[in-house]
Amino acid sequence: MEAIKEHTGKVFPLDRSNVDTDQIIPKQFLKRVERTGFGQFVFYNWRFDDDGNTKSNFELDSDKYKDASILVAGENFGCGSSREHAPWALLDFGFKVIIAPSFADIFYNNAFKNGIILIKADETQIEEWMAQAKDGTFHPHVDLVNQTISDGEKQVPFDIPSYHKEKLLNGWDDIALTLLLDDKIKAYEEKQAARV
Amino acid sequence: MGKGKTVIEKIWETHVVHSEPEKPDLIYIDQHLVHEVTSPQAFEGLRLNNRKVRRPDLTYATMDHNVPTANREVIKDEISRTQMETLRRNCEEFGIELADMHHPDQGIVHVIGPQLGLTQPGRTIVCGDSHTSTHGAFGALAFGIGTSEVEHVLATQTLMQSRPKTMNVKVNGDLPAGVTAKDLILAIIAKFGVKFGTGHVIEYTGEAIRSLSMEGRMTVCNMSIEGGARAGLISPDETTVEFLRGREYVPEGEAFEQKTKEWLSLASDRDASYDMTLEIDAQEVEPQVSWGTNPSMVVPVSGHTPSIDDVENKDEVRRALEYMGLQENQPITSIEVDHVFIGSCTNSRLPDLVNAANIVKGHKVKQGVRAIVVPGSFSVKLQAEELGIDQVFKDAGFEWRESGCSMCLAMNDDVVPAGGRCASTSNRNFEGRQGSGARTHLVSPEMAAVAAIEGNFMDVRKFQTGVLS
Repeated sequence: MEAIKEHTGKVFPLDRSNVDTDQIIPKQFLKRVERTGFGQFVFYNWRFDDDGNTKSNFELDSDKYKDASILVAGENFGCGSSREHAPWALLDFGFKVIIAPSFADIFYNNAFKNGIILIKADETQIEEWMAQAKDGTFHPHVDLVNQTISDGEKQVPFDIPSYHKEKLLNGWDDIALTLLLDDKIKAYEEKQAARV
Repeated sequence: MGKGKTVIEKIWETHVVHSEPEKPDLIYIDQHLVHEVTSPQAFEGLRLNNRKVRRPDLTYATMDHNVPTANREVIKDEISRTQMETLRRNCEEFGIELADMHHPDQGIVHVIGPQLGLTQPGRTIVCGDSHTSTHGAFGALAFGIGTSEVEHVLATQTLMQSRPKTMNVKVNGDLPAGVTAKDLILAIIAKFGVKFGTGHVIEYTGEAIRSLSMEGRMTVCNMSIEGGARAGLISPDETTVEFLRGREYVPEGEAFEQKTKEWLSLASDRDASYDMTLEIDAQEVEPQVSWGTNPSMVVPVSGHTPSIDDVENKDEVRRALEYMGLQENQPITSIEVDHVFIGSCTNSRLPDLVNAANIVKGHKVKQGVRAIVVPGSFSVKLQAEELGIDQVFKDAGFEWRESGCSMCLAMNDDVVPAGGRCASTSNRNFEGRQGSGARTHLVSPEMAAVAAIEGNFMDVRKFQTGVLS
């Protein structure tokens, strides 16, 4: 995955809780055998009607939010299915950062593995940012090294697990890291084989 | 704080390959299950990096999400066919055992694992599918993973995982007659919400859990993810042992007796402590029906949809009612369905079908209702046919299908049309889950059978006694 240290971008406020991965990428688009090309289908059933026309009540495709790269959402974002197509679709669409009060466990792991920065923030702060994003007055700079979100006036610190941070900053591949521990895996397997 | 350990801790501690402060543990995976939807990109990743599958012998694949259930020979969607072909080629190339669409061991991955005895107490089991929690019914630590993690397990047979917190969900007393494992897990999620289990592994304990069959336990553990927990499990006991005796991948004779001792010793110690404990009274559980668009939006069949005034999450409830085409404060029994689906990794095992058939026998599916039964595996289908259950369903007007995931997520041709309303024994009532614009009501197989006959929801206990109040 690509290393990421910081990001500045336009925010799309998704003022909904419990956004499940069926909404992020509906199942009819899970049949591709590649990792790419899912962005066009992100939030499909909310963005488009059955004939493929843009729905007016979901603003992701409006000029106001064109090229948004930061998603601010409600609690328990990414619940449901384990499909990694969800972070693939979000990333492919252009989202580099997702900010929410909480994330579902499987999505949380999946997103980091693809180089998306996930930030947990408290609900009051999220509500403030949602309102600012709707007014078009929130253009944050996310600094992963110093763990801050700033919008010119205010600087808000955030927590992120150190191992996720390290991997994002370096663009490290998990499998390559684990294979460095191959002798430990072998030793474990030998011990198990001897037990049986 | 007791000194004893939970089954969760016992399994975790024996699977840690490597541990460092401030980092997740590296844990060993005993059994990796693979299906066609979440694996192609993982195999592609191996090829791009010139990596092998470390332990093909601990890996088992099947096709379930895309397979046609009406006629195995007719795959209308070319991309579905490609995905299944891709799995076949990948299994050949990497030497992985595959139960393909025509194989006698084919079925929904979470049905065949236990059926074959690949699912055993104490094992760490993963699959690129969130309902992998199902296997926890056997006292295994089983959880769903993403495709990057699938690739990681294929390449290393391990996973980087943070040690989970433990949660005891204690079900006191016994379930009332006519109330099922499905009703219990729906009631648990209705009570505690869709994220109560986040960051935790749940152990289900208590009298009601002990009394459940293995199939009932699988139904409960299956929906752990709907409460936010990646894994849910139940300590192994004699019920577990008897289910596994004689299964294909389970040892025989003296070796089995040895295994039995090992398995039973995994049960949580009496003085074990948990990071969190929640309790529910089994006696208060009634047959449940979901009314909304997430699995906590559930009420007893005797209940109503919520009133907007009574809830805190007004926008969410309003949007859910609108999507579902329901009024606030509407009696559940007034909701009419046009589709009924009996199947999925939650409720497609033999006892599920037998129990539904016992309701259906001698009745007809209501005119205007399309009802289908999709057995969880080829083996379940055969056993049901030997018992004559297929005929009971067919006589009543149900369609009797080949095994697969089918209408649970409608990746094949089994789709509920936009605006259609389905009583479904599956696990997710998300918007569009069973088809774009489709409306899903989650219920038990018994309640689905009654809905098929009546055309609307009705308490199965009243249906059985014929006493309507």
